[in-house]
Amino acid sequence: MNRIKAAFRPHIDNFMKYRFLLKELVDKDIKLQYRNSVLGMFWTFLQPLLTMIVLAFVFMNVFGRGNSKTGNYPVYLLCGRLLYQFYTTATKRAMTSIRRQASMIKKVYVPKYIYPLSAVLSSFVTFLISLSVLVVVIAFFNLRGKDTVDVTWRVIYTIIPILITLVLSLGVGMILATISVFFKDVENLYDVFMLLLFYLTPIVYHPSRLNFVEGSIQLRVLKMNPLYGLVGNFRAAVMWGHEFTQNWDMVLMYYTAAFAVAMLLIGFWLFYRNQDKFILHI
Amino acid sequence: MGKYAIEADHVSMRFNINKEGVDNAKEYFIRLVKHDLHYVEFWALKDVSFKLKKGDRMGVLGFNGAGKSTLLKTIAGVLKPTQGSVHTEGVIAPMLELGAGFDSNYSGRENVFLYAATMGFSRKFIQEKYDEIVEFSELGDFIDAPIKSYSSGMRSRLGFAIATSVKPEVLILDEVLSVGDAAFREKSERRLESLMSDGVTVLFVSHSTDNVERICNKAMILTQGQLVANGDCADVCALYRHMVNNK
Repeated sequence: MNRIKAAFRPHIDNFMKYRFLLKELVDKDIKLQYRNSVLGMFWTFLQPLLTMIVLAFVFMNVFGRGNSKTGNYPVYLLCGRLLYQFYTTATKRAMTSIRRQASMIKKVYVPKYIYPLSAVLSSFVTFLISLSVLVVVIAFFNLRGKDTVDVTWRVIYTIIPILITLVLSLGVGMILATISVFFKDVENLYDVFMLLLFYLTPIVYHPSRLNFVEGSIQLRVLKMNPLYGLVGNFRAAVMWGHEFTQNWDMVLMYYTAAFAVAMLLIGFWLFYRNQDKFILHI
Repeated sequence: MGKYAIEADHVSMRFNINKEGVDNAKEYFIRLVKHDLHYVEFWALKDVSFKLKKGDRMGVLGFNGAGKSTLLKTIAGVLKPTQGSVHTEGVIAPMLELGAGFDSNYSGRENVFLYAATMGFSRKFIQEKYDEIVEFSELGDFIDAPIKSYSSGMRSRLGFAIATSVKPEVLILDEVLSVGDAAFREKSERRLESLMSDGVTVLFVSHSTDNVERICNKAMILTQGQLVANGDCADVCALYRHMVNNK
């Protein structure tokens, strides 16, 4: 135990030294995002609300998607989109973080993981702020008394999928950051992949709509996407308070947690193996 | 606490230069399949060892491409040596390029805190030095304007003010600082002198033996990545002048 402690000691000391930088970088990302825009931080709130309205209009009226399974469709959409949006912005920002900070990395020593880490954390803060949209939209429906959302104390369970998504984003972000230093075109490929992920994750549709038999190979493949389980459990905690146990998927919770931790370990391993070479390629 | 500020132990630095500069996956895999990936090995530093006592001021002399900048970067921790190790003690202020840690969308004020954080200083600590930094940089009201509107002189003045006001233990200087106008240059030299009399360790890279002799008490010569002379400033400078004349 003491040996393990001793091995981690320099890393912890180094982290403590640069924790101020981490905070500065997170602050900077958030501050600069909306600088020079009239509405400022309010965009964090407005952007998901407007996308929700567009998507809800398209899928409810044009495709007629809302059904009894999804419950309140706008809230159903919003839950999925917010989590998906967090994952994509966090991983994309982490991916480009090393390249963006090239000028700094070339001249000052800073532990390099600070950059992807700050990118993920600043996306996380933005995500937490954007959750207020969810609160407002649910309050709107519940006050109106029609299409109410069954929110109970179980809503605290959202912490679990949120934290898993955070760990997952950091892991995937570090993998992508490493790869994109050596291969720039990964950034373009990832955009396409994100689009695919949007449709592979039940964001606009309910999985039952796909007419896959329970236990079928197609459904299993679909569930391998960690966002499937994360979005599903997030919704279970927000939308179906009284039927929580039927909707919350324990197996997927363990699976997504294991997946996220595996990604984090791979991410750190890959990053540490290659970080000394970054400077030669950026 | 040891008595050395910098210890370089058999430091070697190798660069693999990719001739074609492949930086995307598509090209990489095409070339991999065609066995068309070529790397050129280049040793920028070869087995460099030296120790620098606290408070010593070392001048690093050498012709272009001798590995001076690479050496400074390994000591600043920016580059990790391929072989050997570098050990440093205390806060290092690498003045390789002033204002390297700035964000151009940020205002001068915000950049003061950001820059100091890259050196490991907290917001609270810098808050106390803040007025002094702004006054020294002579930026006045511009401190609240975004850095991207600054001239290069303004940027380096601010960078210099931050890097020296935190009282670093080790200063890494690349060439003489030609910051700002004559008056500011004089002011910055006075500040460097006061840091030196407080016992800061200096590593100073230059082509000019005059500048080295003015600032340093120790000197070394690098030639093609190798350390060929290391010792008392006057002796090494004499040797270097001899080398220059025979070139």
